[in-house]
Amino acid sequence: MPLLEARDVHGGYGGMNILNGINMTLEADEVGVIVGPNGAGKSTMLKAIFGLLLVNQGEILLRGEPIHNLPPNKLVQKGMGFVPQENNIFPSMTVKENLEMGAFLKPNSVKPMLKQVYEAFPPLYDKRHQRAGELSGGQRQMVAMGRALMAEPSVLLLDEPTAGLSPLYMNEIFARIREINAIGVGILMVEQNAKQALAIADKGFVLAAGQNRFTDTGASLLANPDVAKSFLGG
Amino acid sequence: MNEFMFFINNVLVAGSVSGSIYAIGAVGVTLVFSIMRFAHFAHADMMTFGAFMVLALTTAFPAAGAGFGMPTAVVMLPVAMALTALLAVGIDKAFYKPLRAHGVKPIVLVIGSLGVTLMLQGVIRLFAGTGGQNLYVDDRKEIFRMVLPLEGVRVPVVITEPQLYLFVLTLVSVVALHLFLNRSRLGKAMRAMSDNPELAQASGINTNTIVAVTWVIVGSLAAIAGTLLSLDVTFKPDLSFFLLLPIFAAAIVGGVGHPYGAIAGGFVVGFAETLAVFNWNVLLRPYRDSFPDWLELPSNLAFVGTEYKIVVPFFILVAILIWRPTGIFKGKVI
Amino acid sequence: MNTPTASPNEIAAPRRFPLREVVLFAILLVAVLGVYALMGAAYSTRMLVEAACYAILALGLTIQWGYAGQFNAGVMGFVALGGFCAMFFSIPVNDAFWNTELPGELGRVLLYVVGAVLAVVGASKLDRLGVPKKLRSVLTVILAVVLYMVVISALRGVTGEIESRAGFIGGLGLPAWVGWIVGGALAGGVGYFIGHVCLGLRSDYLAIATLGIAEIIKAFLKNSDWLTRGTATVSPLPWPTPGPAELGFTLSRALYLSVTALIIAVIFFLLHRAYHAPWGRMIRAIRDNEISSAAMGKDINRRRLEIFVLGCILMGIGGGVMTTFNSLFDPQGYLPLNHTFLVLVMVILGGPGNNLGTIFGAVAVYIIWIMSEPLALFLMQLVVNLGEGVFGWDFPANMESRALQARVLVIGLLITLVLRFAPKGLLPEKIKHHG
Ligand SMILES: Nc1ncnc2c1ncn2[C@@H]1O[C@H](COP(=O)(O)OP(=O)(O)O)[C@@H](O)[C@H]1O
Ligand SMILES: [Mg+2]
Repeated sequence: MPLLEARDVHGGYGGMNILNGINMTLEADEVGVIVGPNGAGKSTMLKAIFGLLLVNQGEILLRGEPIHNLPPNKLVQKGMGFVPQENNIFPSMTVKENLEMGAFLKPNSVKPMLKQVYEAFPPLYDKRHQRAGELSGGQRQMVAMGRALMAEPSVLLLDEPTAGLSPLYMNEIFARIREINAIGVGILMVEQNAKQALAIADKGFVLAAGQNRFTDTGASLLANPDVAKSFLGG
Repeated sequence: MNEFMFFINNVLVAGSVSGSIYAIGAVGVTLVFSIMRFAHFAHADMMTFGAFMVLALTTAFPAAGAGFGMPTAVVMLPVAMALTALLAVGIDKAFYKPLRAHGVKPIVLVIGSLGVTLMLQGVIRLFAGTGGQNLYVDDRKEIFRMVLPLEGVRVPVVITEPQLYLFVLTLVSVVALHLFLNRSRLGKAMRAMSDNPELAQASGINTNTIVAVTWVIVGSLAAIAGTLLSLDVTFKPDLSFFLLLPIFAAAIVGGVGHPYGAIAGGFVVGFAETLAVFNWNVLLRPYRDSFPDWLELPSNLAFVGTEYKIVVPFFILVAILIWRPTGIFKGKVI
Repeated sequence: MNTPTASPNEIAAPRRFPLREVVLFAILLVAVLGVYALMGAAYSTRMLVEAACYAILALGLTIQWGYAGQFNAGVMGFVALGGFCAMFFSIPVNDAFWNTELPGELGRVLLYVVGAVLAVVGASKLDRLGVPKKLRSVLTVILAVVLYMVVISALRGVTGEIESRAGFIGGLGLPAWVGWIVGGALAGGVGYFIGHVCLGLRSDYLAIATLGIAEIIKAFLKNSDWLTRGTATVSPLPWPTPGPAELGFTLSRALYLSVTALIIAVIFFLLHRAYHAPWGRMIRAIRDNEISSAAMGKDINRRRLEIFVLGCILMGIGGGVMTTFNSLFDPQGYLPLNHTFLVLVMVILGGPGNNLGTIFGAVAVYIIWIMSEPLALFLMQLVVNLGEGVFGWDFPANMESRALQARVLVIGLLITLVLRFAPKGLLPEKIKHHG
């Protein structure tokens, strides 16, 4: 049974549908990457999975169980974590408090998880008493991912985790994502840095205008000349 | 020196009294602002309601305080806090939550809260009448006069018993709130929701719980402030009339959504009021002889008469909105 | 952003028969006739005039709330300003004041005020002459404080003299409508100031600031005995039409009613014209589609300010007309919250932004409000009788006044219910999508 499955998902923000029939499957332990032009509906798809907008047709299954239109806090309980593209930290709270909020539903596992997250992101340990809003972009991204990891998710949704980061930080973040995946967390992420992301992807989904354009393994999408021409900048 | 004592009584003591009350009031307003993001106009009437609960309980059990060695009204305060908290949660469920669920603009909630304020006023007037009533039903209001051991000082510093309770309870409330917001899991979740509501939700924080917790705190604080004000003077059904503007001015001066700022703002507004109505002639009079002949000081050197006290918070409000709408502290812009 | 034009469906939509409007106004007519039958012509005509005055206020508020989503919580402040002007311009000249040296003294103090303002403004520009900015600020503040003290002391002296020797400065003895117009202008001026400060900020701030200005206007009018006789009140105020002494109550009130009806008709016509002119289209575009019209840039705040000032002007005029009709200027009679809310209920119930609906709401709500007074007393009497007779309860003596005070509960309840169940009112303004 796949970890996460989307079947013919339609949905949007009220009036018009942004998603017009999207299909995705992600097995446990896989890294899935969603790429596509701006406005294709990539972020919208993640939000749909995480219960932040109305799915009015189709279904989304987590380990075979329908989850579309469940509220986010229920999904967190079911083992899903989400790192939005923007505003993904609590700026006036310290790094440690940010992380604690991630484990809000599991107050007993705060201590061990804090330790794990600090191990995964050592810079956060040094800055744990600083306000998150004062950190650099890359460190904020670490706080955001750390926050989501605190709830011990089995699948993590990441929206453009490397947006606006320097190449150095970008590689750092991709490395961390692979490590997280290695301990058994399924990853579904949206990426603008498509080549680098597809390189570490087990599955790739190319979206355009709210529909699947190509779906394949990361490696074959990278090798596909059509994809390269239209979506990877030649 | 005696003039200086006069200054202490009329500015320092009086300013601390109104400052404390405005501070507690403004914290309530600012908490609602930071969690629900609208200006809660019914807050001042919640304060009145809290005081009214104390009045009702004290009238019903006038001797209850004797056993504790405290005025009955103070003993009844925790009960009144609980009742006001209940009222606040109930009002939210009945009136604000449905509006929120409709996804209305904040200003519609503001109007709703004004409707609630009118309802509260109606209820309070129906049951309490329209006149003033003393919260010291069976007790005697102690008044402490301290003559400072300085040469030539005859005028005492005057502090009343309710003012002492006010200072102590203000301190306790502020410390308790600080500990709650920074140490407890729910308090941190409240700050998280004020920082970034979507992310708080995405972290699994149940926003309904946080909203309810906020109302409990807001209601309790309102009851404290309203009761202590009524203890100091008398209970009046139209207390809110004198509170609404100073409280909002204090919250905005401190930066909305910023509890510590609200406390500072409360004292800024409180002291500004007392300084503005203080007759400065009193302080200058001893030096009258050293003034040149052509300078004849008018007998009234107050900036505004007490009847225009309400101008002070308004002036502060307008000034802060013009020069620094985010408040004196670098408040977050909500 | 292209300038919004009338959307196709606005043009193409067939003119439907205004069934809803006709039915609602028919019901209203029946209610009015019922009041006439029950309470007599003189009382009912008075009620209609007052409702008409409220309709002017409601039109002012419907512009602000319905056209632009601005919430003015201080309607009564602007009304009181209008009322004051109506009083000041229309009542007879007070010779006990004008025949003394006091007018000159007052004029001198006003000159002081002008001089002080100029001096402070000048001081605030000192940095242009090379004075360091910090020093300039300190100097300006000190100068402002000292000059304020000088001016306010002089003013206190003169006004005290006026109060003790002449009572108050009296009026100008001009026709009431001069006062109405000036009242509108004055209210508009205050509205400009408030709007200028608040309209760029969160919408809540406007509510707080308007509430504050209303309280201040009331405090000023109530405590400036030299200007308004304060709590002693001023009456009678001359009407621009023949009064009851000449024509009897019903006829004179009917005449006054026709004046107010004329005013409403003129306002209604002008608003209708403006609403369908480019200006109105722009306003609606801002309201319906704020985000994309933000591309129009600074103009939005300009338009918002115009709307707000226009609404305040109408409130000032309405306040003048109302106060003249009551023939009594009592600063304490303007209850900031309660009456503001009455107007707000009128607007929301009628249909925010819909002028016809607003007028309907004004008359309907005012009838309900007026009729709720005998009803509240009746209910209270019923409860008291029942309580005393059946349960042997002991009621406090002032139950009647409490019952009347408690009517604010009804407005409060009404407002929250309407907001929840019919936020668009009984005659909803159709929102079209532009561009
Ligand atoms: N909160 C929103 N409300 C309405 N429309 C939105 C919202 N967020 C995004 N959209 C629209 O949805 C479409 C897809 O957006 P998004 O999913 O963010 O694209 P991307 O693939 O670049 O992440 C865009 O046309 C965008 O304008
Ligand atoms: Mg995106």
